[in-house]
Amino acid sequence: MQADLSVILPEIILSIYAMIALIGAVYTSKDKAAGLLVWVTAVIFGILGLWIMANGSSDRVTAFGGMFIDDGFARFAKVVILFSAAAVLVMGQEYMARRGILKFEYPILVALAAVGMMMMVSAGDLMAVYMGVELQSLALYVVASMRRDSVKSTEAGLKYFVLGALSSGLLLYGASLIYGFAGTTLFSGIIAAAEGGHAPIGLLFGLVFMISGLAFKVSAVPFHMWTPDVYEGAPTPVTAFFATAPKVAAMALFARVMHDAFGGVTGDWQQVVALLAVLSMFLGAVAAIGQSNIKRLMAYSSISHMGFALMGLASGTALGVQAMLIYMAIYVTMNIGVFAFILTMERDGAPVVDIAALNLYSKVQPGRAFAVLILMFSLAGVPPLLGFFGKLYVLRAAYDGGLAWLAVAGVIASVIGAFYYLRIVYYMYFGSEGAGLETGRSPVLWTLLMASAAIMVIGIINLFGVEAAAQAAAMTLVK
Amino acid sequence: MMTNLLSITCFIPAIAALILAIFLRGEDEAAQRNAKWVALIATTLTFVVSLFILAGFNPDDTGFQFVEDRSWLLGLRYKMGVDGISVLFVLLTTFMMPLTIAASWKVESRVKEYMIAFLLLETLMLGVFMALDLVLFYVFFEAGLIPMFLIIGIWGGKERIYAAFKFFLYTFLGSVLMLVAMVVMAAEAGTTDIAKLLVFDFGSETFSLLGVQIVGGMQTLLFLAFFASFAVKIPMWPVHTWLPDAHVQAPTAGSVVLAAIMLKMGGYGFLRFSLPMFPVASDLLTPLMFWLSAIAIVYTSLVALVQEDMKKLIAYSSVAHMGYVTLGIFAANQQGLDGAIFQMLSHGFVSGALFLCVGVIYDRMHTRDIEAYGGLVNRMPVYALVFMLFTMANVGLPGTSGFVGEFLILMGAFQANTLIAAIAATGVILSASYALWLYRRVVMGDLIKESLRTISDMSRREKAIFAPLIAMTLLLGVYPSLVTDIIGPSTEALVHTYHAATAGAESATHAAASH
Repeated sequence: MQADLSVILPEIILSIYAMIALIGAVYTSKDKAAGLLVWVTAVIFGILGLWIMANGSSDRVTAFGGMFIDDGFARFAKVVILFSAAAVLVMGQEYMARRGILKFEYPILVALAAVGMMMMVSAGDLMAVYMGVELQSLALYVVASMRRDSVKSTEAGLKYFVLGALSSGLLLYGASLIYGFAGTTLFSGIIAAAEGGHAPIGLLFGLVFMISGLAFKVSAVPFHMWTPDVYEGAPTPVTAFFATAPKVAAMALFARVMHDAFGGVTGDWQQVVALLAVLSMFLGAVAAIGQSNIKRLMAYSSISHMGFALMGLASGTALGVQAMLIYMAIYVTMNIGVFAFILTMERDGAPVVDIAALNLYSKVQPGRAFAVLILMFSLAGVPPLLGFFGKLYVLRAAYDGGLAWLAVAGVIASVIGAFYYLRIVYYMYFGSEGAGLETGRSPVLWTLLMASAAIMVIGIINLFGVEAAAQAAAMTLVK
Repeated sequence: MMTNLLSITCFIPAIAALILAIFLRGEDEAAQRNAKWVALIATTLTFVVSLFILAGFNPDDTGFQFVEDRSWLLGLRYKMGVDGISVLFVLLTTFMMPLTIAASWKVESRVKEYMIAFLLLETLMLGVFMALDLVLFYVFFEAGLIPMFLIIGIWGGKERIYAAFKFFLYTFLGSVLMLVAMVVMAAEAGTTDIAKLLVFDFGSETFSLLGVQIVGGMQTLLFLAFFASFAVKIPMWPVHTWLPDAHVQAPTAGSVVLAAIMLKMGGYGFLRFSLPMFPVASDLLTPLMFWLSAIAIVYTSLVALVQEDMKKLIAYSSVAHMGYVTLGIFAANQQGLDGAIFQMLSHGFVSGALFLCVGVIYDRMHTRDIEAYGGLVNRMPVYALVFMLFTMANVGLPGTSGFVGEFLILMGAFQANTLIAAIAATGVILSASYALWLYRRVVMGDLIKESLRTISDMSRREKAIFAPLIAMTLLLGVYPSLVTDIIGPSTEALVHTYHAATAGAESATHAAASH
């Protein structure tokens, strides 16, 4: 028992912190402490992240009879989740405070969502999967409608809730089918039930429902409909959060379920995931072209990027998981930079989301404009920036997994997608008349934007060692 | 020092760009002047350093020289090196860049960014010719799109946005297919080292894909993927349509870089990858390449004839000249290859100079319409002389570098396919007609246009820019072995391995058929 508890110590610490903070804030100063709470939560995320990184023994440890798995893969995902959540928290603090929507619940809910995400990536049992997903989702439903007096924000929260509940239903239905046909909810039992590359038909039904539920969480086409609306309606800091940590968690969970529970029947899910990937890449690329709202544009962009990450997963190999992990790490870094910029966009104190407002921005703020330029080309996957290497990894994995057609489809989608990233560059650099965009003086946002852009350039030298870490992580998941 | 010579040459401009980006502040006149001087000094220094490459280069060694090799991400390698095929392209790039910077002395808006863009572009172009790793090559090849996109989009003409997007998306689409092919090659051969890939035998057995018989198998698919990229880049008919738009809208210096250096990346790619790595597929698709080249030569020459915009005319003439280059490459014999490389170098000087000639009068009159000019010889005698020389070089007059390349190519093509050579030879006549007619309309005749009465002749700066170009055009015209001695052994080796590979494949098919 004690050994079990020590395995989930990071999750326990974070949960206890969230509860203490909740009680403390309710009984004392309420929203006045929110700013401080944001920073404290971010620091705790950071410390936990460092701790998990430093404590990483390479072997796989299970707790509670296999329901909770702590391996290199989970640790890699947790580090990315915690660091990105910390960055996003501090990013939004000033923005929310100035608009009076910085409630003390916000950092606490984010902390609880983080616990849920950590649970998701470590799940070794269908019940644990569901628990993690729900803990994360319930917290996210609330933060999506954080701005209670805004129709759009409320709508976003409600939409997210209804569709999220539907996807949870699909997930549960799939889980129950799997339980029925495998006789257990443990991944180790399920993989044994599908021994020899042959799974009973009921199990495959369950698998498909599981995939549908998971595809909703990673916003893969055709389960993506909620994404643009929620991205648009939610307050921008919350959107930034949606675009980063939960995506990593959901993608990692996806890989976990596919490999730990269905690793023996790769051929049965490979084509489904490949289809999700190709649809996401193309829809994300095409639908973003018409967008003038930068938050909606980023929503479609993230759909497209999830398609690429799924391409890695679809290959069904350790190389594919490694590619997916690297892709997600790069994706999160780029998104933090871009949202750090979007948070600064305002005119007369009111936030601006229209990309036409970027007209001739490069003349007003050449440094920031250049950083955004780098991020846009990186998102588009143009070398020599890091975004390209992310794509290269997944392309290699896809070919390696026998999905050459998917690789070809992916690069064509990336050309289509390049158009709308270029359009942002076009507004910033080629525009005709400045529209007087102000971008504040927040040092935090400036630092995050610049750091993210710098990583896109400097990272190409050695990827900061992430390559080896991701490889080790992938090896623990795929035997 | 000698061991890192290529990296040093390659990254001097990038370092200068970094210095400009970090230390140069403000948009006042002093800052602008500093930016220009830093860029000029950096590019000149690069040229001087690159001369050491030429000095240390041993033409008789057909392998790669000055090789640097370090491990990199993903099992890729940071590997640089030059051989007889690439070394002169490196020199061409370093030679043209200082002239380009000097030609941009009159730029007024965003000078700092302008210089940074050109400096970065130089690093990326040099990298293309030096890279000996597939992905490293791709990175340099593609990354050049970013600065060029900005150069056209920010400092271009009226339709610059359309041209910039067209340029970017066209070339990007071509290149991503090459990326997939590279992934396939890396997986098949287990390495991305170009030196190893050159001796790797990619499968050429016919197989069926989605019910279609792919003759030449894997090689054909890989060839077509690379072709998609290089054909757009060089550009070949019918995927050349981005070029006239990009050329017309780009600022003068942008056009010069595009025509003189960036187009050569396509030709270099054919020589470095398509021909030696996929010989069976190249042999198989040679008729297609020949016909596309012949159409490019005749058709774009005819199109050039009716242009009313000077830059557009020269742009179409570039497409026609690149048609000769592809013709020479796929003739796949010593004369053809030598001629193709020679033609690319010569075209670098000549087309660059022609765009600069247009730039000279554009700076004065702010129009490129041929209609707006006439009788310039009366006010600009020096200009008339310079323009005359490069017009003749463009036509391929003996004594200029343009002649040697075209002659070698036609000689090579004649051995490979007489009919195609005959069609291509008509291009020589057509090029004379559009080039001389352009010259007549712009320079000759009486000066009757009121607006031209006060036009001034070339300044000392402009003369200084043209002097090295004139020298190179004439030097290569009368002393071509300066180039052929360097490229000869490497092209000979290429021709040898190519024919060995195609002959081997043919005898294999015969053996299979007789069984």
